[in-house]
Parts: sequence; C-alpha cells; structure tokens
Amino acid sequence: MSYLFAGMIAASFFFSLCTGSLGMMGTLLMDSAGEAIELLLSISGMLCMWSGFMRVAQDCGLIEKLSRLAAPILRRLYPDVDSDSKAFHYISMNLSANLLGLGNAATPMGLNAMKELKSHHIGEKASDSMVTFVLMNTASIQLIPTTVAALRKNYGSREPFDILVCVWLTSITALAVGLFSSKLFGRWSQRTR
Amino acid sequence: MTVALCIYALMCRVDIFQSFVEGVKDGITTVKLIAPTMIALLIAVGTLKASGVFDRLAEMVRPAAEAVGFPAELVPMGLLRPVSGSGATALLTGIYENNGPDSFVGRCASVIAGSTETTFYAVTMYYGAAGIKKIRHTLISALLADFTAIVMSVVTVGWLMG
Repeated sequence: MSYLFAGMIAASFFFSLCTGSLGMMGTLLMDSAGEAIELLLSISGMLCMWSGFMRVAQDCGLIEKLSRLAAPILRRLYPDVDSDSKAFHYISMNLSANLLGLGNAATPMGLNAMKELKSHHIGEKASDSMVTFVLMNTASIQLIPTTVAALRKNYGSREPFDILVCVWLTSITALAVGLFSSKLFGRWSQRTR
Repeated sequence: MTVALCIYALMCRVDIFQSFVEGVKDGITTVKLIAPTMIALLIAVGTLKASGVFDRLAEMVRPAAEAVGFPAELVPMGLLRPVSGSGATALLTGIYENNGPDSFVGRCASVIAGSTETTFYAVTMYYGAAGIKKIRHTLISALLADFTAIVMSVVTVGWLMG
C-alpha cells in the first residue's frame, strides 16, 4: 500500500516537473484533498443508510435464506472459510447484492466480511480468502447493468439492454482470469518463501 | 425494494426502527475505519489525474492499440476506469455524444463500464476496513481482470453484434 501511494505521488510530481506545471501542483493537492472529503461524505451517507436496511433484512432472516442459495459455489472459492461462520454469511450476502446490482448495499456487507475474515487471521498480510474476496468485488458481477443501461437510454439508445450477453461474457471471463492469476501468484509466492 | 423489505420485516414482527438504527451505528463504525485510507488514496488519484499523466499515457498506448485493431476511442477510458469511476463515466458519456450509444465503440464502452469496477477504490476500501497493509498480488490480479474485460468487450461486441 505504501509503495502504491508513494508511486502515485512521485509519478504525478515528475510528470508535472517535465511539463513545467509544478507551480500548480500545490493548489491541485489542496483541491484533491477537499474533493476527497466531499466524496467520502457522500458515500458515508449511502453506507449508513444501506447498513440500516441490511440490518433489518438480517433481523428478519432474509439474509440467511439468500446465503444458503449461494453456499455451494462459495464453498469451493473459499476452502478455508467455515460455511457456518459469520464471514461466510457476509460473503454470500455481498455476492447476492452484487448480482442484483445493489452495489451500495453490497459494500457494507463486503466490509463486514473483510472484518470477519481479518478476525480469524493474524498479521497485516492479506490471506488467500481476502484476495479472492476483493477480486470478486473489483470485477463487477451483476446480472443487469442498470446504471449503464440508464445512461444509454438517456443518450438515445434504441435498445439499452442489447449489450447484456456481452456484459455477462466479459465479466465472467475477466473474473475467471483474475481468480486464476491470483491462484498462480499465490502458489508462486509460497514457493519462493 | 426497500418498501418490500420494510413490509416483510413488519410481518415477521421485527422492530424495524431499532434494527435500522443499529445498522446505521455499524455503518458509522465502518466509515471511521475506512476514512483515513480512502482520503489518502483519493488525494493520490486526484493529483495523478491533475498532472496529466493519463492523457500522456493514452497518447503513448494509442498507436499500439490501433495496430491490433482496437478502437482508439476506448484507450483513455480503459486507462481511467480502474482509478476513477466518475472520470470513466464522463468519458463514457463523451463517447455516447460523439459516436452514439448504439455504435460499435459506444457498445464496447458500455460493456467495459458494465463489467468492471473502480478497482483501486475497492481494493483500498476493503483492505482499509480489515486493516491489512500487505495486499500481496491483489492489485496485479485485479488489473489483469480489468485488462481482460477491456479486450473481451471488443471481442464479444464484435462477435455477437458486429
């Protein structure tokens, strides 16, 4: 994480140096700090609201039912997570919400899943399950891409949903490549250690 | 959906308001947990975007993309997509305006937008919540997946809708 952060700052610094816009860098830094807080505040509201609704869904047992449906596939993807554990529940809830296109609802459950995974894990290093889980969230797996379809309709598309099959194929391939490469990297890093 | 949920919860005799408030409490804890990492990343991304690195990168990649028959209009979007969600959406609507949403490029861009996420943002947020500092190969794999999505968008649109 530190390398990433330092790398990004350094890259923008050197690039501004080359283009001679270094004087602007200071103000830009301030601006992006302000924007960062704004964005954080706007997602905080969403996060709190969905956490509230998800708690309601959890208390009336809906989540239980949903997660039982997804269990068979997930057991394979997360071999070291006990399928009765809280972490497993949160993972399957996160997956169901993602599939339904409720990205904002999926986030709080995903964050809970990560916290649960962490509580069974010592150290600052990510476990295999954590990597798998984050990958499943960086690859968007939704059945109906509502936002894109809405945008296309706005711009006068005749059939906003005609890309559906392409989106499915693309997401599945991308996710498969991500998970497969992570397996390979994981095995490789174990061997070098 | 939220209405249906509330009705269902009432039918199950759940104290909705109490539950909701409990959930919001969890939400606030989560926000506190992810805030520092998120702010740091958003600042880094903001400066990177403002420095113009992305424009230059897009120019550098463009000839290679054209050589393999990849639509040049998609290059900036592919580069920006993992880093900035709003930036990529701006480019997407730009493509809709210039080429139309039902054009080949418009469709490819839609597929990219529908099948990828803002990778950096998700990685920081989830690891931030768990307090993980060493993310191992997560980023490489995630970016590989994004790259696959960009290539596949052109392949599937060309194949199924060409």
